[in-house]
Amino acid sequence: MEDLSFHHQARSRAGGTRRMAIIGVVASGNLEVLAERVLPETECRLEIKTAAEGFGQVWDAVVADFVERYSPGGLKFSINDGGARPDTVSLRLAQAVRLMAEDEP
Amino acid sequence: MKNWQQGRQARDARIEAGAKLAKGKIVEARDATRLMEAVIRPGDRVCLEGDNQKQADLLCRALLAVDLARVNGLHMVQSGIVLPEHLDLFDRGVAKRLDYAYSGPQSARIARMLFGGKIELGAVHTYLELFARYFIDLTPQVALIAAVSADRDGNLYTGPNTEDTPTVVEATAFKNGVVIAQVNEIVDKVPRVDIPADRVQFVVEADKPFFVEPLFTRDPGAITEGQILTAMLAIKAIYARYGVQRLNHGIGFSTAAIELLLPTYGERLGLKGKVASHFALNPHPALIPAIESGWVEQIHCFGSEVGMDDYIRARSDVFFTGPDGSLRSNRAFCQTAGLYACDMFIGSTLQIDLQGNSSTVTTSRIAGFGGAPNMGADARGRRHPSAPWLQAGGEADPDSSALLRRGRKLVVQIGETFGEKNVPLFVEKLDAIELAEKLKLDLAPVMIYGDDVTHIVTEEGVANLLLCRDANEREQAIRGVAGYTDVGRNRDRKMVQHLRERGVIRRPEDLGIDPLDADRSMLAARSIKDLVRWSGGLYAPPSQFRNW
Repeated sequence: MEDLSFHHQARSRAGGTRRMAIIGVVASGNLEVLAERVLPETECRLEIKTAAEGFGQVWDAVVADFVERYSPGGLKFSINDGGARPDTVSLRLAQAVRLMAEDEP
Repeated sequence: MKNWQQGRQARDARIEAGAKLAKGKIVEARDATRLMEAVIRPGDRVCLEGDNQKQADLLCRALLAVDLARVNGLHMVQSGIVLPEHLDLFDRGVAKRLDYAYSGPQSARIARMLFGGKIELGAVHTYLELFARYFIDLTPQVALIAAVSADRDGNLYTGPNTEDTPTVVEATAFKNGVVIAQVNEIVDKVPRVDIPADRVQFVVEADKPFFVEPLFTRDPGAITEGQILTAMLAIKAIYARYGVQRLNHGIGFSTAAIELLLPTYGERLGLKGKVASHFALNPHPALIPAIESGWVEQIHCFGSEVGMDDYIRARSDVFFTGPDGSLRSNRAFCQTAGLYACDMFIGSTLQIDLQGNSSTVTTSRIAGFGGAPNMGADARGRRHPSAPWLQAGGEADPDSSALLRRGRKLVVQIGETFGEKNVPLFVEKLDAIELAEKLKLDLAPVMIYGDDVTHIVTEEGVANLLLCRDANEREQAIRGVAGYTDVGRNRDRKMVQHLRERGVIRRPEDLGIDPLDADRSMLAARSIKDLVRWSGGLYAPPSQFRNW
């Protein structure tokens, strides 16, 4: 297990009003993402627990591209990773932002 | 006076020795090893059928049990090294030298035996290459083949998995060789004659049907969102752009995803009737929904697929079938069709380097080539035009005279940037090169050469290598779709951006595709059971694919 933490400034606030969303599953090659709207509007934080060690640089690149592309300001992401491929990580993060962009269910 | 009939006399002597064990042409299974000892001479070239799918397993075991004082040091010339016994022959010393094409199921052990010097390797071939050499310098003295049934004269019915048999028999029977067939049963009249009796010298009735591997079944339940996204990108950026009607698909999950997206996503794009209508392809179960939806006009097959027989029989407008109704496959003809009459090959691989060379070899596994290099190569002898072929040729060389310009076959590598266990698809140096150095080979086993590859599709986008004008552009186009692999992260960002502006690289958003739309609900079938339903109950999946 490895714990990773990333903190970014986002260009703008993530859309929608939803307070919390969860997507994915903790399984081999997959991951679970919990998104919460708990941070100031231009901040973004990711806390990652991953089963695969030594991929810090890859996470760094995936997270930087994600923040650049989706500007998830105000969101904190807690991630349980079962050794997912980077493309799966990108997809789940994007799915989480889309869920947060919905109105409060 | 020189004797010009030595080969014929040697064959007659072999047949005479074998005939002592036969009633007519028929030899009891328990005498099969004695038949081998009577007919085969030390050092003979033997083709033990050994196909991609069907296996002459009884004859293989009979050969393995020979008295080494009588039979040894054989030179095996067979397309498939598939059964463990195929390699046991070398461990025991029955065989010494090997020329072959495909070794998927034995890839780890054959690598160990090659490193250990247990096998004297001639070469690893493509199917067509090995078949060609059967007629030039690797003609078998003895062929051990498999068929479904025989009559008492020795006429053979090979059933849906005809595969390599006609080619092997042609080379052996017409050049003083002896053909021995194992059959599942001996009947009064065969359903159709695939091999005429006068090419077959001995027939052995097996106690159980020959083994066939279900190689082409992909469970739609295992297709990932990433594979769906790459499939969408391929359909829009390649199938639609070039209007590809005549093609071959590899056997991976990405191409299975394409097959299952044709009736859904392809339909929405208005592509029905415009793409994917004529195939050189094994009967992939994943293609059933597209066939049932009226996309596919014609399929010629290398071999068959377990469970597809009744479906094929009921869809003879689409498949090649005999007067008996069952599929007639033929690997040599289908490989030729894939090489000369298809405008596109699309398939997956394990490693791609910075020049676009690809290989399925790793340092511990040698899977051979099979047919992919023929499918995935521009046929330099092609002379007939077609719209996709001309369009691709024009993209590669826009300034030359259209009347003198060769077209180009579309050769597409599709895959996710990371494979199983997060192993990167893109590498600086292929494992195949290390292997060639270790085994002192003259050639590294490259599956598809970079200069034949026209497109690379990953979840990050599509690289059109036809539009690259020099080696540096090519390298950056490849890096530009290599995702978060080391190769991808070491890209020249400015240059990749420039290539994107020129349309060399196209991202999902450039193609109007939202990655979040890549959802399993887009698949026309999401399980094996769905495929059975689409087939109207005609597809009978093998037990390992059933969970009901």
